[in-house]
Amino acid sequence: MSRKALLLAALFAVLMLLPLVLGNYVLGIFVMIYFWAYVGQSWNVLTGYTGHISLGHALYLGIGAYATTYLAQHFGLTPWIGMFVGGALAAVIGLFVGFLGFRFGMRGVYFVILTIAFAEITRLVVSHIEALGSFTGIFLDFKPSLRNFQFRGNVPYYYISFGFMLASLAAVRLIERSRLGRFMVAIREDEEAAQALGVNTFRYNMLAIAISAFMTALAGAFYANYIFYLHPNTMFGMATSIDLILRPIVGGLGTLFGPILGSFILTPLSEISRAYFAKGGLEGLHLILYGILAILVVLFMPRGIIVYVNRGLDRLLHTRGADRPGAGGGERK
Amino acid sequence: MDLSHVVQLVIQGILSGGIYGLIAVGLSLIFGVMGIINFAHGQMMVMGMYVSYWIFVLLGIDPYLSLVAVAAVIFLLGYFIQASVVNRILDYPEAMQVLPLVAVGLVLENTALLLWGPDHRSPQTALSLETTWIGPVMIDDSRLIAFALAILITVAIFVFLKKTDTGKRIRAASDNRMGALLVGINVDRINNAAFGLGAAATGAAGALLLPLMPVSPHMGHDFTLTAFIVVILGGMGNLMGALVGGLILGVAESTATLFLPATLKQVVSFSILIVIMLFRPQGLFGGKK
Repeated sequence: MSRKALLLAALFAVLMLLPLVLGNYVLGIFVMIYFWAYVGQSWNVLTGYTGHISLGHALYLGIGAYATTYLAQHFGLTPWIGMFVGGALAAVIGLFVGFLGFRFGMRGVYFVILTIAFAEITRLVVSHIEALGSFTGIFLDFKPSLRNFQFRGNVPYYYISFGFMLASLAAVRLIERSRLGRFMVAIREDEEAAQALGVNTFRYNMLAIAISAFMTALAGAFYANYIFYLHPNTMFGMATSIDLILRPIVGGLGTLFGPILGSFILTPLSEISRAYFAKGGLEGLHLILYGILAILVVLFMPRGIIVYVNRGLDRLLHTRGADRPGAGGGERK
Repeated sequence: MDLSHVVQLVIQGILSGGIYGLIAVGLSLIFGVMGIINFAHGQMMVMGMYVSYWIFVLLGIDPYLSLVAVAAVIFLLGYFIQASVVNRILDYPEAMQVLPLVAVGLVLENTALLLWGPDHRSPQTALSLETTWIGPVMIDDSRLIAFALAILITVAIFVFLKKTDTGKRIRAASDNRMGALLVGINVDRINNAAFGLGAAATGAAGALLLPLMPVSPHMGHDFTLTAFIVVILGGMGNLMGALVGGLILGVAESTATLFLPATLKQVVSFSILIVIMLFRPQGLFGGKK
């Protein structure tokens, strides 16, 4: 076991034990850290690895949240199953968006605008569907039980969100090591060259968007049963789509640990801001800081802050990091 | 549905379309010169609205009179954003140019929230409630004035680009960047001026909109998207296309209310956008690429 693996194992143990020492409020902050790390990781699968920027990822979050809630309220289906139905639905919608984008050669900004357009259309249509709560949104009843995916206190949510984050980490590591992952990176670096070498870029682009949409939708189910209120503007709106991409960008796009690091840096800021700044009339302040940080990172360290953390760790542990290809070292321009 | 109602909607559509056109001309100008899509465009327009609002509330100057001052302030904002951020990302891959500008939009939006709060504000200007009847068709005076001024400003931008030295340099840099460098044009400065001018256009449009609709910090996205749709409709980088595209979109949105609730009119514009991107990505009138 390398020193770095030991360090990660120690970190894991500490995080597993945190609920024993932390109060409910601070645990709630960690829940949001893990949640946004997971969502950022899901977005990272598409944008970080294939380079196609989606600015409409709230769409999949919203589909997951609404589908799970609808199935639970009308058919009594447990969210544990409902979220996979939502995930499948999101994957299908993702495949449709991907089909239009990749088959018709929408690249760069055109693809970005396509993803926004689908999220906005969905937001507007859901706002007019009575069965989905239209403009007022959906309030969820609080009926705590394991089956209902609802709990008293933050401890169960803490472990579930932690599990989500670790599962996404494992999934992305698996992807990174597979043919799929290598082809995705090839697409990101030079799609035409990859195609010329015989990579079926269409297929791998489609796979990437389907996996990414599916993963994002699962987070929607968690959100619904943690926040208990769904509104079309927050679930499908562009502000959410922008919010969820900032953490992976700051942490490091196309890297395994970037979205997690980004969430540990940015999420507490928004929670502190909600608790303290908003009362002083400074409610937009954390988003201004997010924006400035994201600009600085893209301009001056386009591979993200993770690169510097890795370098510091290597120096600290006297390893050269050669035992961990891909982890944080993903080339990014 | 009776005919005068349809005529009324078409005229209203044309009037808002003129303002859409002005916003989109700014976006198209920026794209034409630098190949950059300004994802903060709507937020810059909102800044224009707030500056205009401030001048009106603090100094009591009517939005139509402070138009030039508002445009100048937003010009400086655009110039600064170009010089500090955009000039550094011109060589990035196209997709990566999106993120910093999205972040700029986020900063602008929340700066507005910080300075002015989340409330919708709408000043009562002298003309805001006046209307004129032309036969059976009713027109708000402020809409008519906003339309006329929007067209006037757009024409002024065309003349500026055609006749003045700076305008010619901007067009030169837009046609052939390398060539412009070779004949000794300071392209960085031209970029700044072009981004500033594009921002000023959208800022002026914001000032024109202020008497027509309440301003709030989060309305920027909608206008960014509207500007995208118009520019893609008219052809990216095609200024005349942006103006005509604005009119088309204005009429499409306004007549859509005949068979859809007004809150769904944007579904029509997004559907137009997707269809255009699929089947005529160069836009109706051809773009520059």
